[in-house]
Amino acid sequence: MQSEAKIHTEHGTDSSPQGPGCSLRHFACEQNLLSRPDGSASFLQGVAEKSRERLIRNTCEAVVLGALHPRTSITIVLQVISDAGSLMACCLNATCMALVDAGVPMQALFCGVTCALDSDGTLVLDPTAKQEKEARAVLTFALDSVDQKLLMSTTKGLYSNAELQQCLAAAQAASQHVFRFYRESLQRRYSKS
Amino acid sequence: MKETPLSNCERRFLLRAIEERKRLDGRQTYDYRSIRISFGADYGCCVVELGKTRVLGQVSCELVSPKLNRATEGILFFNLELSQMAAPAFEPGRQSDLLVKLNRLLERCLRNSKCIDTESLCVVAGEKVWQIRVDLHLLNHDGNIIDAASIAAIVALCHFRRPDVSVQGDEVTLYTPEERDPVPLSIHHMPICVSFAFFQQGAFLLVDPSEREERVMDGLLVIAVNKHREICTIQSSGGIMLLNEQVLRCSKIAGVKVAEITELIQKALENDQKVRKEGGKFGFAESIAKQRITAFRMEKAPVDTSDVEEKAEEVLTAADPPPDVVSKPVLWTPGTAQIGEGVENSWGDLEDSEKEDEDEGGSDEAIILDGVRTDVGMEVSNTGSQEAPIVLSDSEEEETIILEPDKNPKKIRTQTISAKQEKAPSTTPVKKRRKKRTAN
Repeated sequence: MQSEAKIHTEHGTDSSPQGPGCSLRHFACEQNLLSRPDGSASFLQGVAEKSRERLIRNTCEAVVLGALHPRTSITIVLQVISDAGSLMACCLNATCMALVDAGVPMQALFCGVTCALDSDGTLVLDPTAKQEKEARAVLTFALDSVDQKLLMSTTKGLYSNAELQQCLAAAQAASQHVFRFYRESLQRRYSKS
Repeated sequence: MKETPLSNCERRFLLRAIEERKRLDGRQTYDYRSIRISFGADYGCCVVELGKTRVLGQVSCELVSPKLNRATEGILFFNLELSQMAAPAFEPGRQSDLLVKLNRLLERCLRNSKCIDTESLCVVAGEKVWQIRVDLHLLNHDGNIIDAASIAAIVALCHFRRPDVSVQGDEVTLYTPEERDPVPLSIHHMPICVSFAFFQQGAFLLVDPSEREERVMDGLLVIAVNKHREICTIQSSGGIMLLNEQVLRCSKIAGVKVAEITELIQKALENDQKVRKEGGKFGFAESIAKQRITAFRMEKAPVDTSDVEEKAEEVLTAADPPPDVVSKPVLWTPGTAQIGEGVENSWGDLEDSEKEDEDEGGSDEAIILDGVRTDVGMEVSNTGSQEAPIVLSDSEEEETIILEPDKNPKKIRTQTISAKQEKAPSTTPVKKRRKKRTAN
């Protein structure tokens, strides 16, 4: 079984910096766009190789119901088309959509959200590449859709315990938007009208 | 994954259809599938779709020292990769033949035809030249990879802008894109490959074969032509024998097709240029078709994070305080220090364990360890009492010791189950070791 996902994170649309209030950049996704694999999705957001692969794999293993398909190998191939920040979160989102497109049974959907903490402690969600570079810490979380529980986290930089909890709470709030986006795009695809 | 073999029925059906001048997708013999070119936000990034075959092209540049025998020329590097998502048969390490063939053909088409002026890539003769690298990734394989790849390569090269450089005497200044507008590459002409598939020993030919047609073809003829009708590369593979009229006819057809494709490319490049100049939205974001049912977009959305701080506070106060980590490094000799105490090897200590279980005395370790120890102690004794009567492993290393559930929980642990013991023995041996050291 193969799911492929193409990822774009792009910032070509607007170049205004994101303000102190948190917002997610605009999303777009396209499903079933490749004819050879069983399922494919292209996810566009806004805009250490093996470790990233391992993180994505562990997240998928936690949600995919592998017991329903014994002796089956599920291969996920991700191709980064362009990177404009929040790459890991975009990879996770694309993976989830591709798995849904391929019809792989899962316990829950998952999404990725990235937070950046800059030097004065302001939290920015879904940072651009420039914001990530200038941030003091960048945290990426994978959250599940049922209870917004944490599936995977990968962080880089220095932050306190309180900041971690704040970022996690903010990511949980943001994940609601991502899940709404999934739901609406799937509804659009499968609706009869 | 191995390629699923083509059934005989399908093969016969395709060949019969071709004999009757019919193609599966309804095209005529000389028709190309629809070509769509979309550009990314960065210069030099493009995706070309030839029917369902999709190729991603990306150009990048770097300043390097030139080759020794070509001191005044820049370096061009091409790389085509067959991603595993393109077809299940493309596993890393399994595609060498096809990959080498495609890469070689692309190199001959683009490098040997001198479509890019390499002299213009020289910055300081003999010291610094531009190395232009073209990376192509096949994303979906539905036949005719070479045409799609050559179109993607030339489009990406035409779209690319390299940073501006100025040389004053010995000083070379590289300007960032914000300081000075990047400069396009100097391209003389655009060679594009056109593929012809032959069937029934050269009796029938098809232009732009799809994946099914490629599977049943006898041979392939690839001609790279530019819009001035100059042949840049020609390659025939598969061992078919062609007459010279056939080859000439194919080259004429190729000339016509390339003229059309070049016009399409020019239009796409101009459109993108216009959109960028007018400040409109560009990039892959815009090229996701809005009306397609499988595509969906959502605008920038604000997220309410006002209660984030309160939630974080709650979580923190409800959580247990972190354990104190007291590390008192003990310096044995210069260069050798010890922090904490490791796990003691408990093999062969069975005789001693009875004597030392009574030592519950005070510790000079961190206070928290006691807490942990007692917790684990409780767990272990529980498991001891539950699992003592269960007969477990078939291991040959089982020793025959009488199980005494209440007095020596440690004994039970070491004999029966091997897997669960890591936590428990780590705490109790601490006491033992202290005793031993005082003995030493």
